[in-house]
Amino acid sequence: MSEMLFEIRDLRLSFADLAHKPLFGAAPRIEVLKGLNFDIPRGDVIGIVGGSGSGKSTLGRAMVRLLDVDSGKIRFEGTDISQMDEVALRPLRRRIQMIFQDPMSSLNPRHRVATLIAGPLHLHGFDQITERVDFALSQVGLPLTFRNRYPHELSGGQRQRVGIARAIATEPEFILADEVVSGLDVSSQAQVLNLLEKLVSDMGLTLGFISHDLSVVRRLCKTTLVLHQGEIVEQASTQALFDAPQAQYTRDLLDAIPLPEVTPGWLD
Amino acid sequence: MTLIRIILKRLLSMSITLIGVAVIVFFIIRIVPGNPIAMMLPPGAGEEDIARLKALYGFDKTLPEQFLIWVRGILGGDFGTSITSRQPVMSLVLGRLPATLELSIMALVMAVMIGGTLALIGTRQRGGKAEALIDVTNGVSLSVPDFLWGLLFILLFGVLWPVFHISGRVSPALDLPFVTNFYLFESLLRLRFDIWLDLVSHMFMPALALAIPLAAIIAQLLKQSLKETMHLDYATLARTKGYSENHVILREALPNAILPTLTLVGVQFTFLIGGTVIIERLFSYEGLGNMAIDAVINRDLPLIQGIVILFAVIFTTVNLLVDLTYALLNPRLRHG
Ligand SMILES: Nc1ncnc2c1ncn2[C@@H]1O[C@H](COP(=O)(O)OP(=O)(O)OP(=O)(O)O)[C@@H](O)[C@H]1O
Ligand SMILES: [Mg+2]
Repeated sequence: MSEMLFEIRDLRLSFADLAHKPLFGAAPRIEVLKGLNFDIPRGDVIGIVGGSGSGKSTLGRAMVRLLDVDSGKIRFEGTDISQMDEVALRPLRRRIQMIFQDPMSSLNPRHRVATLIAGPLHLHGFDQITERVDFALSQVGLPLTFRNRYPHELSGGQRQRVGIARAIATEPEFILADEVVSGLDVSSQAQVLNLLEKLVSDMGLTLGFISHDLSVVRRLCKTTLVLHQGEIVEQASTQALFDAPQAQYTRDLLDAIPLPEVTPGWLD
Repeated sequence: MTLIRIILKRLLSMSITLIGVAVIVFFIIRIVPGNPIAMMLPPGAGEEDIARLKALYGFDKTLPEQFLIWVRGILGGDFGTSITSRQPVMSLVLGRLPATLELSIMALVMAVMIGGTLALIGTRQRGGKAEALIDVTNGVSLSVPDFLWGLLFILLFGVLWPVFHISGRVSPALDLPFVTNFYLFESLLRLRFDIWLDLVSHMFMPALALAIPLAAIIAQLLKQSLKETMHLDYATLARTKGYSENHVILREALPNAILPTLTLVGVQFTFLIGGTVIIERLFSYEGLGNMAIDAVINRDLPLIQGIVILFAVIFTTVNLLVDLTYALLNPRLRHG
């Protein structure tokens, strides 16, 4: 088995620019990912940072195959999934999970918490569903009485925990979290981050963590990847990246965000 | 709790509406020109005959007196006597009501099925050629009113290519063993599929003409809210969990996207019932609407009043039902 969980090779992705579509003929394309290369080792917690519009979410969505890529390879455990169709992807969907930023819109308002967690378990043929739902709830620190609640009866932090419970219930190898703490107040943020940290070490997860909050990335992630206009400007261990950023863009990024823990001396 | 409050509020506004309708219809049809008595008189009738007829129908009293008599009658279940047929308005109107209800409900079912299917196909194929085609079809259907569809169908399927009946409710040659006037319903209960088919083949064209504009509205609105819901994170997440596109549309998006369409269908359904007046006339369908036009032509004031009140009751009841369904389907109201 490959040591790398993900191997991304020359990944390219573009969107149709409908705003500039001529009356007849195809719309011009906007290149959003311009030939990305990087690896994610098993057990890594990788932060993906970059300015707004740099392509972080697009990269994440391509990796979980919500988007079709133009070219390049996305190898998951050595198998290229970049061209797989939905049917071929189905078994992989259990093992690659995603959590979104907005905890309210991430949960279907018509379903109770238990149904929300149980649905994917049924889909992927798990047995002992009730026990698994309870276990997932306890893993994310929610009382079992929440099984019968509807999403609108939960706080933002609690909803985000339900989202995480849904993601871990199918025993995935990889979870991609896109700005999952941005919508939360500071204390819920800290709790959710602690929870993610605990889950990663308890369950041997690999975590992709998209965020524009560098202090959060610094606290949580082992390695960090910096995106700028669809290109990787730097990938290094978080420690090295924050202590001695190599690319000018990374320095600007670090500079722009007030980080109380960082003394400004590193620029010299 | 919430449900009871909604019902009470609605019943109150229903009664106010009905009182308003009663006042308006009563006085309007007495202001517009046309004298019902004059229509009934044989040529050469004298002053005396006129006075006698006026007294018989109560037209010799003052307007407020007439109104009070009429309202007192309604409260006792008596809507007066039709001038042309000399039968109780109540039994005339209730006798025709089933025909119009069956036609309207048939049209509604067709509109929901056609509109719903188009919305689902359009959502499934969003961005593709099928969606563009559906959009064009919707645009055309919306800009042609129901009675023009009716005329078109009469020409196409009644004259050029006569596959459907285009006149009446049922073939006169058929023996109807029914106790109610809900022929369509009763023929099913009695397993008389021969009669049922005959009824459907009479009803199909007028119902379709009524259904097309509503179907287009449903297709457009439902597709729009389905597409918006499909962009929400939980729909996207459902896809990453491994659910098929069909499952995401039907099970995740549809139940949430359907509420605004439902409200609109309720409002539009009352317009559809209004449309039956002309459509029934076009297709010589023996329903309330057709009777209403005859009543207006004959200046049959008690009958007009009765029909209008009945239409008002139908409209307000439909609105009440829509509100209740909305409350039942909305999880926030249900558990809030
Ligand atoms: N469906 C789409 N169609 C067209 N363009 C898109 C689409 N999705 C994203 N883009 C464009 O791709 C670029 C990258 O978007 P992306 O959402 O990946 O940025 P991001 O790094 O996640 O930004 P943010 O920090 O604001 O979330 C942007 O310029 C965006 O406008
Ligand atoms: Mg983003």
